[in-house]
Amino acid sequence: MALLEVDNVHAYYGNIHALKGISLTVEEGEIVSLIGGNGAGKTTTLRSISGLLSPREGTITLRGEDLRQYKAHQLVSKGVAMVPEGRGVFARLTVEENLQMGAYHRSDRDGIAKDMRRVYQLFPRLEERKGQVAGTMSGGEQQMLATGRAMMSRPTLLLMDEPSMGLAPVLVEAIFQTIEEINKEGTTILLVEQNAHMALQIANRGYVLQTGEIVLQDSAKSLQQNAMVQKAYLGID
Amino acid sequence: MAQRFKDVDWIGLFLWLFRAAIIVLVLWGTVAKIFFGAGNAYSASDWIDFFVSGLSQGSLYALIALGYTLVYGVLFMINFAHGEFFMSGTMTATVFIALPLSASGFLDRNPIIGMLIILVVAMSISVGVALLTERIAYRPLRRAPRLVPLITAIGASFFWQYFFRGLYGSSLIPFPELQALQGKFSFWGVDILKTRAVVIVSSVIMLIGLYFFVMRTKTGKAIRAVAEDKDVAALMGIDVDRTIAITFATGAAMAGAAGILYGLVFRQVHFFMGFVPGIKAFTAAVLGGIGSIPGAALGGLFLGVIEAVGPPLFLEGLGIPGGHQLKDVIAFTMLVLVLIFRPQGIIGERLAEKKA
Repeated sequence: MALLEVDNVHAYYGNIHALKGISLTVEEGEIVSLIGGNGAGKTTTLRSISGLLSPREGTITLRGEDLRQYKAHQLVSKGVAMVPEGRGVFARLTVEENLQMGAYHRSDRDGIAKDMRRVYQLFPRLEERKGQVAGTMSGGEQQMLATGRAMMSRPTLLLMDEPSMGLAPVLVEAIFQTIEEINKEGTTILLVEQNAHMALQIANRGYVLQTGEIVLQDSAKSLQQNAMVQKAYLGID
Repeated sequence: MAQRFKDVDWIGLFLWLFRAAIIVLVLWGTVAKIFFGAGNAYSASDWIDFFVSGLSQGSLYALIALGYTLVYGVLFMINFAHGEFFMSGTMTATVFIALPLSASGFLDRNPIIGMLIILVVAMSISVGVALLTERIAYRPLRRAPRLVPLITAIGASFFWQYFFRGLYGSSLIPFPELQALQGKFSFWGVDILKTRAVVIVSSVIMLIGLYFFVMRTKTGKAIRAVAEDKDVAALMGIDVDRTIAITFATGAAMAGAAGILYGLVFRQVHFFMGFVPGIKAFTAAVLGGIGSIPGAALGGLFLGVIEAVGPPLFLEGLGIPGGHQLKDVIAFTMLVLVLIFRPQGIIGERLAEKKA
C-alpha cells in the first residue's frame, strides 16, 4: 500500500473547477515532485491533502486511513505536515516560538527539545537568531524556519509548496540539499515546484499538472528526458 | 495663482486647523488655570485625588479594553457585545452572591474570601455569556464579510441587555459596601480611598498576568499564531475555533473582574451598566492601538487620567462650568482625534502594512 493515495479528487473555488479528478500516489520514503505552471492546481492539490480545502469528490488516504474525515489541525498528529506557499512563518513570533508552534500537538518535552536541537543543527542560522522576530528575517531564513517548523511535528509525510519561490539561486540549491537530507532521514516528501529543473533532479518520481489535470507521470529521470517537459518546463528546445 | 489654489488640499488644511485649534484650546485652558487661577482653586491633594481617581477609572477601562483588543487581534472584529459580558457577570454575581453574602454578614467577616467568591462567579458568568455569543452568533459568520459580524455584535449586545433586564429588572441594584474597604489610607503621605487602591492594584496584577499568559504560555502563543494566520495555525495542529473561543473567554474573564471592581467603586449595578464603560473601553483600545495588549492597558490608563484631570484643568481654565459632566466630551473628542490623526493608536502599528 502506498503511503499517500489521492484518488479522483475534484475541488472547486466557488464555481471554478480547480482540480478535475487528480489521482496520485506517494510511496514511503520517496520524493515526489508535482510540477506545472501557474494555476495548474498544484497548491490546490496540497491544500486538499492537508485539509485546508475540502474537495467535493474523491478520496485521500494515508496508509489506507481516510484523511478527509479529519480537520486540518487534526492531520498534524496523523503525520502530515506542510510548508505553505510563501513560507507562512508567524512574523511577530520569535524564531523559537515559531518552532514551538510546529510541535504544538506534542507534549513530550524531551523529544521536542531533541528535535529543536536537530533543527538548529540543520540550520545553524536559526539558532543564531532564535530570539529574533521571524518577520525581520530574509526570505531564505524564513524558508529555513518554515521547513524546520514543519520538521518539529515529526511528520511521516511532508508537503512542500514552492520552497524555492523568491530565493536567490545559491539559496535554492541549499534548500533542495536540505530537502534531500530530510528525506534521507526517513521523511517522505511531496514537493510542488515551478522550478522543474531542481524539483526533478532530487525527486524519484514526478507528476505534471495542467489546468487541474495530471497530464504526465513518470520517473523523474524519464520526465527530464521528455520532450514536452523539456519544452514547457525546463526551457530546453 | 489659480493653479496654486487647486493644489491646496482643503481637507488636509481643515484637519490641520482642527488639530491646531484643539491644541491651542487645551494649552490656553491649562495656562489660564495654572498661572492665572481661573475657576475653582484646588490644593495639591485635590490634584492628586483627581489623578488617583483617574488611574482607578482608567485601570477599569484597561481591563475591559483588553477584551476588545484580544478579539480584534484574532478576528479583526469589534465585538460590541463586550460591554454586555462585563454587565452580565457583575449583575449575576451581585444578585445571587454578593447581596446574600452581605446580608448574612459573611462578606464583612471574611472580606477576602467573600470577594474572591464573587469575583470567580462574575468571571465565570461573563465567560459563559461570551462563549455562548461566540458559538451562536459569531462562529457561523466567520467567513462572512466583515460588516456582518459587526452588525451581529450590536444585535447580540441588545439581546443580552434585555435578557438581563428581564431577569433582574430595570432598577438599580445596590452593590454591597465592604466595611474593610471604607475610608482612606495613607500612602507616602497621600490619602487614597481604599476602594481605588484595590481597583488599581488588582487591575495591574491582572494586566501583568494576562500579558504573561499571552506571551509565555503555549495557549497564548497559539492565540498569537491564530491572530497572524489561521490557515498556517491550523497546519501546526492548532484548533483555530477553540483558540478563538479561548480568546473570547480570556477577554470576558477580565471584563467580569472589571465589573466587580466597578461595583466596588460605584456601588450599584444595572442592566445598562455595560454600555458606557464598553464604549469608553473601546475608545481606550483604539487610543492605545487596537490589537495591542500593552496598548489597551496604556490607552485605558491614559483615558481615565485625562477624563479625571482634564475637566478641572483645561475645561475650567477655559471658563466652562460643570466640567466634570463634560468628561465624556473629552473622551470621545480624543477618539475622533486619534481616528483622524493617528489611526494606529499610541503604540499600535499601521494596519495597512499587513492586514489589509
